[in-house]
Parts: sequence; C-alpha cells; structure tokens
Amino acid sequence: MSIAATQKRGFGAVLWDYLTTVDHKKIAHMYLFSGGFFFLLGGLEALIIRIQLIKPNNDFISAGLYNEMFTMHGTTMIFLAAMPLLLGLMNAVMPLQIGARDVAFPFLNSLGFWLFLFGGILLNCSWFLGGAPDAGWTAYAPLSTTSPGHGVDFYVMGLQISGAGTLIGGINFLVTIVNMRAPGMTYMRMPLFTWTTFVASTLILFAFPALTVGLFLLMFDRMFGSAFFDIALGGNSIIWEHLFWIFGHPEVYILILPAFGMFSDIFSTFSRKRLFGYTAMVFATLLIAFLGFMVWAHHMFTVGMGPVANSIFAIATMAIAVPTGIKIFNWLATMWGGSITINSAMLWSLAFIPSFTIGGMTGVMVASAVADYQYHDTYFVVAHFHYVIVGGVVFGILAGLHYWWPKMFGRILHEGMGKLAFWTFFIGFHLTFFIQHFLGLMGMPRRYWVFLEGQELDLGNLISTIGAFFMTFGVIVFLINAIYSWKKGEKAPADPWDGRTLEWATASPPAHYNFKQTPLVRGLDPLWIEKTEGKDEMTPAEPLGDIHMPNSSILPFIMSLGLFIAGFGFIYQTDNSAWLIVLFAGMAILFGSMIVRSVKDDHGYHITKEELEREAD
Amino acid sequence: MENTNSNNVNSFQKQKNKEEMKKQLITFALMIFLTLIAFGAVISEAMPSMFVVPFILFLAVVQVGFQFYYFMHMKDKGHDMPAVMIYGGIWAALLTLAGLILIVWW
Repeated sequence: MSIAATQKRGFGAVLWDYLTTVDHKKIAHMYLFSGGFFFLLGGLEALIIRIQLIKPNNDFISAGLYNEMFTMHGTTMIFLAAMPLLLGLMNAVMPLQIGARDVAFPFLNSLGFWLFLFGGILLNCSWFLGGAPDAGWTAYAPLSTTSPGHGVDFYVMGLQISGAGTLIGGINFLVTIVNMRAPGMTYMRMPLFTWTTFVASTLILFAFPALTVGLFLLMFDRMFGSAFFDIALGGNSIIWEHLFWIFGHPEVYILILPAFGMFSDIFSTFSRKRLFGYTAMVFATLLIAFLGFMVWAHHMFTVGMGPVANSIFAIATMAIAVPTGIKIFNWLATMWGGSITINSAMLWSLAFIPSFTIGGMTGVMVASAVADYQYHDTYFVVAHFHYVIVGGVVFGILAGLHYWWPKMFGRILHEGMGKLAFWTFFIGFHLTFFIQHFLGLMGMPRRYWVFLEGQELDLGNLISTIGAFFMTFGVIVFLINAIYSWKKGEKAPADPWDGRTLEWATASPPAHYNFKQTPLVRGLDPLWIEKTEGKDEMTPAEPLGDIHMPNSSILPFIMSLGLFIAGFGFIYQTDNSAWLIVLFAGMAILFGSMIVRSVKDDHGYHITKEELEREAD
Repeated sequence: MENTNSNNVNSFQKQKNKEEMKKQLITFALMIFLTLIAFGAVISEAMPSMFVVPFILFLAVVQVGFQFYYFMHMKDKGHDMPAVMIYGGIWAALLTLAGLILIVWW
C-alpha cells in the first residue's frame, strides 16, 4: 500500500479506487466534491432568481421557469448541498476524533454516498427531460399532486433515493459513535463536533421516516392513482404539510447542530482554551434536538389549526431560544480571556455569532403566532431562514472546511484568499438578506415571479441582487483557493493549528488505517492533555499488531445505479407501461447485487505488524 | 479463518444456550397463542368492536415487547444504548401523535 501510494497512478486507477472505496476519508472527499457541485448549481439557480428580481416587471426568465428555479434552489441547497457537505465533514473528522479506524459499516457508508449522489443526479435530470419540479421545495399538496408533467415525479424519486442514503449514513454514524470510541473516550470526553454528529444522526433516524412516508404517499398519488391528498376522493391535503414538517423542522436542526459542533471545536482551538461550559453545551444540544420534534406546526400557523394549537407550538418554539442562547454565551465565554488567533476559519466562526443571532431573533418573531399572520409567506420569512441557514450552516461548513482542509487534503488553504472570500461573501450575504426583512414587512410575498413598479420595492430588490453578486464572487475566490492549494498550496504538517482533539494526532492526510495503534484517551481534549505533559503524540492503548481492514467493493455503486434506473421506470410507467421493463430491470440490478453481497463472504484483509513497522522507517 | 463456532463449548455455556433456547421457544409459542386470540376475537364476533380494537392493540404491544426483549435480546446485558434509542424513538413518535391529536380535536 505504501509503495502504491507513492507511485503516480493513472486516471482510471484513481477513478476505480474512488468508485469502490469504503474508506471514510475518501467517501468524505466524494461527499464534499458532489455536495460542492450541487452547492454551485443551487447558487447558480439563486443568482438567476436574483437577476429576475433585479428590477420591476423583469422578463429575464418566464414565470414557469421561475417556479422551477426557486423549487430546485431550495431542494438542491437543503438535500443535495448542505446535507452532503455536512455528512462529508462528519465522515472525514468524526472517526478520527473518537480514535476509530473507520466507521462501523464501511460498505454501508459507501452505499449511503452513492444513493445520495444518484438521487441528486436523478432529480437534476428533470431539467433536461421536460422541466424541473415546480411546486416549491416543500411540494405542498394539492399543488404537487396536480402539477403537470414529470417534474414533481423527479422530486419524489430523487429525494426518496437520496433520503435513503442519508438515513443509512445517520445510522452508521450512530453505531460508530456508540461502539467504536477509543479506550478512555467516554461520552463526556467526546469533542463537540462528535457530539453534534451523534445528536444530528439521531434526528436523521427519527425524522427522515416521516419524509419517506410522505414521499411514498405522494408517489402513489401521482403514479399509481391513490388519493391520500385528494379531497374530492376523501383524502386530506393537510396531511402532507404535517408529514413534511414533522420531518422538515428536525431537518433544520440536523443542519445546524453539526455546524454548532464545528464552531465549538474551532473557538476552543483558536482561543487556546478548553470549551467553556462543555457539559452545558452537550445538554443544550440534546435539548434543542428534543424540542425540535415538538415545533413542526409553527410552519403552519395560518393553516387554521386553532388558537390553542397555535399557542402551544408558539411557546414550544420560543423555548428553543433558551438552549441556543446558552450556546451563544458559552462560545463568547470560550473566547473571553483566550489567546485568540484570527484566521479564515475563525473569521467565519466569529461572523456566525451576530449573523445567526439575528436569524434567531427573527425566529422568535415569526414564532409568535399572531405576528406570523403578517410575516407568513413574505420575504421576511425568506430573510429569516437564510440568516439561520447561510449565517449558521454555510458559515459553519466554510469554517469547518478551512479548519479541517489540512487534515482532509494535506494542504493548507491560502490565508489571503480565504480572507478575501470571507469578507466579500459576508458583506454580500448581509446586503442580500438584511434588506429582505424590510421588503417582507412592506408586503412583498415570497415566490412571486415579478413585482410591480411604484411600490417602493425597487431599491431593496436591487440592493439584494447586488449582494448576491458579492456572494458569488466570494464563492469563486474560495474555489480558486481550493484549486490553488491543490496545485501549489503549502504542505500541511500533522498539527497545523496546535490542535486539542484526536484528529490532530494523525498525519495530514491520515494513513488509510488512521491510527497505527489505538490511542489512549485521558480526558477532554486528549491531545492537549498530552501536550501539557510535554509529549507531542498520544499514548497508545494497545501494542502494535495486525490491523483488520474492510475490502473495497463496487456493489454500492451498482446497487445505487439499479435504483437510479428503476427511478426512471417508476416515473415514466405512467405514460407507457413498457417502462415497467426499466423499473423491473433496475430493481433486478439492486436485488441481484444485494444477493451477491449476502451470499459472498467478505472477511476483509489484514495489514500485518511487519508492514506497519516497515512504514515507520 | 479462525472457526469461532467451536464444538467443545464448556458446560456452563451449554447450560446457558439451552435455557436461552427454551426461552425463545416459550416466547414463540406465546406469540402464536396471542395471535390466535387476536384472530379469534375478530372471527367469533363475540365482543363489540369498541372492545376488540383496543384489545388487539394491547396484544400487539405485548408482542412488540416480546420481539424486542426476547428475539432481539434487549433483556441481555450491553443493550442499554439500543434501549435508549428505541424508547427515545417511541417517545418522539408519541409526542408527535399527541401534537396531531391536539391539533385535530382541540
């Protein structure tokens, strides 16, 4: 292995390696690349939306295309950009942070990734096959059940397939964290990013089934003639809203909690202090997750649930501000009196605090049911959720990328470009979305294709569009930075930031088996504890011995490809039953691969002790 | 490959396996019995449906308990975390149901 790694390999060999890999670090790379690609796609869609709204009565794109654009922007950004980027960072970092050699089920990890990617590709195929989904990312019935063409069918099948991948990933992380922690790594010694990965995975496990069920009902309504959401036939369209938001609200915590974890690790590292209020942080995370399940109906205040239901959900929602506030103060107190280094990762984290707090404050405003009748479906809500998702999740992903880039890719990102990207994106973000609060209060509704002249909405929309271009510039600078670091970036040492947690005790990038010997964890911030005692590496918890590793496999790719093909069969069998052949062929590929996987014994391989000793020389 | 299914199990382990098998068989018989009761309750039409429906639901809960604790070994040591996750999931589902009931009937 060591010899192969030093030799220059052909493109085909690298491609085959990535198609078959079960290594959590390479799967993380693929999550980040494909998540990044979908982020650019979603960003492009956002830019088109903003160009359309640059002036009143604009006709840059048609009304129908505009509907497709904002639907795909939301769907892509949530399911195909934010989720995989976070899953990528979790994959890259979490096993290292707990001192594990891989995740618990490496094969499933690969399957989860390929399901996500093929689901995402299926969804985006709709652009070329008669139009993308156009019922909003929430796909409310009956709009989604009556939307003509196959757009919403692609939404259903694409999200169903990629959702299965996410569910697999979440369960995998749960089992990994429960079972594969290094000796001494008790629950209350886990880094906050590992904790938030754990809690977010729990939320995935409990929340995604609601989406799966909802999508199945929608699929049967659209493709097989059922009437779950059809009022004329005794159905109930509100059930979709409930199912969607029972999933949808925990989903936003699935997104933000890992970001909270990253900020916690970054603040603590660059303040050179242990995290303030570690225990409170852990319990605040758990409390947010718990409360997150009882608030879904705050998306539906104007549905007509009645004053009692509205009040209860309003109060439950406001209660979430308490644990979130605890976290904000703990981050501030972590920095208080610390020896602070401000670099790109830290800049994104510092900018997160005020930006996210504004989003949280408007969150409490829209949580008030009475006031929400004013805000509902206006740009005020658009501004609110972009402040929490961009100001929280995207800032978090970018902070995490700058922080862990050396660990993941072995190169350090250029600081100058990092700062330029930060400042342009940060200024652009506030230009774009701050003004949208006021556009919303002035009555500009969400999802409208055009606005009229002489309603005092012109200037605000122009400013918002200018801000979007600033953000675009920032993203392009980040891309150049990434390519630059790959070509001629500074080689990263194992521990570039004087880190505190276990991932910095491995090489950059780590060997494929992560730890030659499983480390012994002696407390919170294990590497820092060793450093305070004058050592620069972890004490091993075991003698050097053979390492058991899983074999690579192409099966996850083939299984996902089978579902991808079956997806087209499902979508088009409504037009012509000959498409059922495609459906069955795809399913045959899926089940055939599953049988191969079940029947064929695969015990993995061992890296021998001698080989490990040789590598040390 | 090392064979872990060794034939010479010590007598203590043998005794334990035997008891475990006995428990599995008893549970299995009980579950069949409960299913028969549920089936009988419907087919005999001896009881009003207002009673039969909650009664069958109750039997279902008992069966799920058997499934978790005996067949899936939640009664054994080292199953704390699965228990936490399962009860957490049940709790989240019950809360959601309570919320929906509140919305519909209040």
